[in-house]
Amino acid sequence: MSAVNNQVSAMTSPRIRRVVPRSRNIEGALLLFVAGINAFELAQIQLSAIQILRSDFWLYWLPLAFASLVVHMILRRKASEADSLLLPIGVFLNGLGIAEIYRLDLAKQAAQATDLFAVKQVIWTIVALAAAAAVIWFVKSHLALRRYVFIAMVVGVVLLISPMLPVIGRNINGAQLWIGIGPLTFQPGELAKIALVVFFAGYLVSRSDSLAVVGRKVFGVHIPRARELGPILGIWLLSLLVLVLQRDLGTSLLYFGLFLVMIYVATGRAVYVVTGLSMFIAGALVAGRFMSYVAGRFDAWLNPFDQARYDAVGGSYQLVQGIFGLGHGGIFGTGLGGGLPQLVPLAESDFIITSLGEELGMVGLFAVLICYVLLISRGMRISFTHQDDFSKLLAVGFSFVIALQCFIVIGGVTRVVPLTGLTTPLLAAGGSSLLANWIIIGLLLRISDSGNKRGEA
Amino acid sequence: MNKELKRVSIVIALMFLSLFVSTTIIQGVSADALSADQRNTRTVYDSYKVQRGDILVGGQPIAQSIKSDDLFAYKRKYTGAQYAAITGFFSLFNGQTGLESASNDYLTGKNSSQFFERINALFSGNSVIGGSVELTIDPRIQKVAWDALGKLKGAVVAIDPSTGNIIAMVSKPGFDANLLSVHSSAQASANYKKLLGDAGNPLINRAITGDLYAPGSVFKLVVSSAALESGLFTPESKINNPLKFKLPGTTTYVQNSGEGRCGGRSTVSLADALRFSCNVPFAQVGIQLGQDRIAQQASLFGFGKNLRVPLYVTPSTYPAGMDDAQTGLSAFGQFDVRVTPLQIAMVSAAIANHGTLMKPNLISNVLSSNLASLYQPQPTEFSKPISKSTADLLTKMMVGAVSSGVSNNGQIKGVSVAGKTGTAQNAVGAPYTLWFTGFAPSNNPKVAIAVVVEDGGGMGQNGRGNTLAAPIARKVMQAVLHK
Repeated sequence: MSAVNNQVSAMTSPRIRRVVPRSRNIEGALLLFVAGINAFELAQIQLSAIQILRSDFWLYWLPLAFASLVVHMILRRKASEADSLLLPIGVFLNGLGIAEIYRLDLAKQAAQATDLFAVKQVIWTIVALAAAAAVIWFVKSHLALRRYVFIAMVVGVVLLISPMLPVIGRNINGAQLWIGIGPLTFQPGELAKIALVVFFAGYLVSRSDSLAVVGRKVFGVHIPRARELGPILGIWLLSLLVLVLQRDLGTSLLYFGLFLVMIYVATGRAVYVVTGLSMFIAGALVAGRFMSYVAGRFDAWLNPFDQARYDAVGGSYQLVQGIFGLGHGGIFGTGLGGGLPQLVPLAESDFIITSLGEELGMVGLFAVLICYVLLISRGMRISFTHQDDFSKLLAVGFSFVIALQCFIVIGGVTRVVPLTGLTTPLLAAGGSSLLANWIIIGLLLRISDSGNKRGEA
Repeated sequence: MNKELKRVSIVIALMFLSLFVSTTIIQGVSADALSADQRNTRTVYDSYKVQRGDILVGGQPIAQSIKSDDLFAYKRKYTGAQYAAITGFFSLFNGQTGLESASNDYLTGKNSSQFFERINALFSGNSVIGGSVELTIDPRIQKVAWDALGKLKGAVVAIDPSTGNIIAMVSKPGFDANLLSVHSSAQASANYKKLLGDAGNPLINRAITGDLYAPGSVFKLVVSSAALESGLFTPESKINNPLKFKLPGTTTYVQNSGEGRCGGRSTVSLADALRFSCNVPFAQVGIQLGQDRIAQQASLFGFGKNLRVPLYVTPSTYPAGMDDAQTGLSAFGQFDVRVTPLQIAMVSAAIANHGTLMKPNLISNVLSSNLASLYQPQPTEFSKPISKSTADLLTKMMVGAVSSGVSNNGQIKGVSVAGKTGTAQNAVGAPYTLWFTGFAPSNNPKVAIAVVVEDGGGMGQNGRGNTLAAPIARKVMQAVLHK
């Protein structure tokens, strides 16, 4: 019906933009559907854990449902042609995360523990969706970001190294990834993702021609000129700095992988990827020799069930407990509230995937993975729809950073790669991560809006 | 640039493909292996999610699952120490024993006969409720046996000889299984350690497992069976009756208990040798029969056989590769002959049941959660160790031992009791092991029994089977016969 309306309005007043494009109606319908699923999850958890539906049900359901509706309304006004799937998928994952975190809280309350996360997560959800709404409202065009490329670089680097600074830097669970002011802690590395994507995109667009210029040919491979390697060396050093000083392999790999993919897309030269990966592996191997932390993570990855590894401090106990949880869930899972995910340390953050895998089973994890694939493929699609390099690079950067983060963290708990301390985007407990990922979704929505409008023209 | 984007898309697809594969391997393929890992406490927690069925005696639960409001949905509750040897315990970190282990699949609803109940539970969303196991134990007899043993260490087993149903099984000292089913692992472990370190070994079911006992003179029933079955002997066969008998190839002499001459003459009949429980004639009979005949007879009674009632029963042993001297000693239940009380009760039960040994059994019925019968064991024949005529002759001999022999404390007024006592020697200077086995009434047996009392009943080497074990057996048989 809306399609007919659109045609009519388009015919009668061709210069007026469509007021109700079809994609927004699809998005609205999907949001209702997702809100229903989220309500169902919470209901099942309460019924399973405390046998009744309690009134605090609304506390965990309404804020997200309402905030997503607000973003939807803003999109109708400010970015009516934006992608219709990004918001519903993001809301679904965010809601599923809140539900599972709440479920773990109930288990903790039963055990008289006080480190609860669900309410914090709900508050951060509101903050994050407000930030996404602000991005859509105030950033008229993503192309404006080009003006802030070098500010983005400075912000990105400062955010990255801020946890290493005295006074505000905080070490949590052995990784120096947080800054703290009083009781509030924040993981600035998550926001650095955004700044770095903007910086890489801007930098690579301005230098892509010279980066792609054929240098000398050695053994049939074009070697870039030495001065073009400077920035790569800089990023490489920064990544190793993160690895050594912040003791976090995952974050380090995330930034470096992101940079390699973006430089590859910008220049079309695979030699950057090959050189960069070799440099990173060499750096990580050297670091592994001197840092027991890196070596331990590799050992735990290769032989997690070895008793000595299992018993060692910082060994494979957590990884193995997570795998036990996944195995316990089997194909169909125990049902939300029916498993024992609380047995895994950090079940609500780093190991939210095993918590969900235990209770929703392999089938449920597949559904979660498919949601990520959809989210990322929508982002990649945005990259394809744009003509200009800056937009393309922004979209691929944001999409790939989510993809790589999913791969590192989910691959870490399922033994595809060594376990590192990253959060699962949108699902895991953690305000910084939620905020950063919703800002990314906001930016992708903004970029898709202009891409779709251009497509129609 | 779109070519590069396509390649990046492929890389992303491959990354996610690897995640799909890794989850499939963990959750789809290796889930069972993971749940079998000893370190996987979820398996333990899971076992507490099912409401285990009751273990019932006379319609009353002796073990049941009650609701618990901690991480575990249910807690196991036991009534009294007198059943602990049978039920065993179901504990958090110290495993499970007794029927809790042997009937675990019925109790948890995992037996194949409970398949439809599980399917039903799957679709209705209710959790599976385990089946209840009803025992053949008669609570009245069990209590009499428990009380009769008093403070003594030992065991009582009473069997219905015509069906093999075990109507009483007592092992002392007992223990409170509730101490081990507590959910605090620290407390459970402390309790377990304490019970494990107890000098009285309360965790062992003396009736069927544990360190086996020397049978002493009750083994003469097996030798007498072999003698009569061989055709070489009748109850009236005359056997040389010296004061002492020198074991062949040694300088060791065998003497009768009390060091007297058995019956006072130069020869003695087999029947009288059993009546007065004389070692000298039995040593000669044993050597004449040879270890192979005795071993074969013992094996027919169940020695060396694996048996589950469904509790596992340690096989009793009759040694092999003995010389004549050792064979002679074995013929009155010494040397390396080792038995469980249940095995000795089985010997009496076979004689009582006219030579047919029924398979001992503890379970009368398994009920599903909706009280439908899932499994009702029928009496089954275990073996035919002796002929009916041999059984009848042995019955007469055993009646003689009680009515006018050295087993006279087994007498019950107005009832013809068949029986045999035993006073087995252990290490030099160590207290004796005291026995009584028999059945009643002799013409229509309702109960076959074996009683063992350890440590000479506290009387060291002065304790006798007839003075300490026989009265216990008498009380239990009286209870069965309502006398």
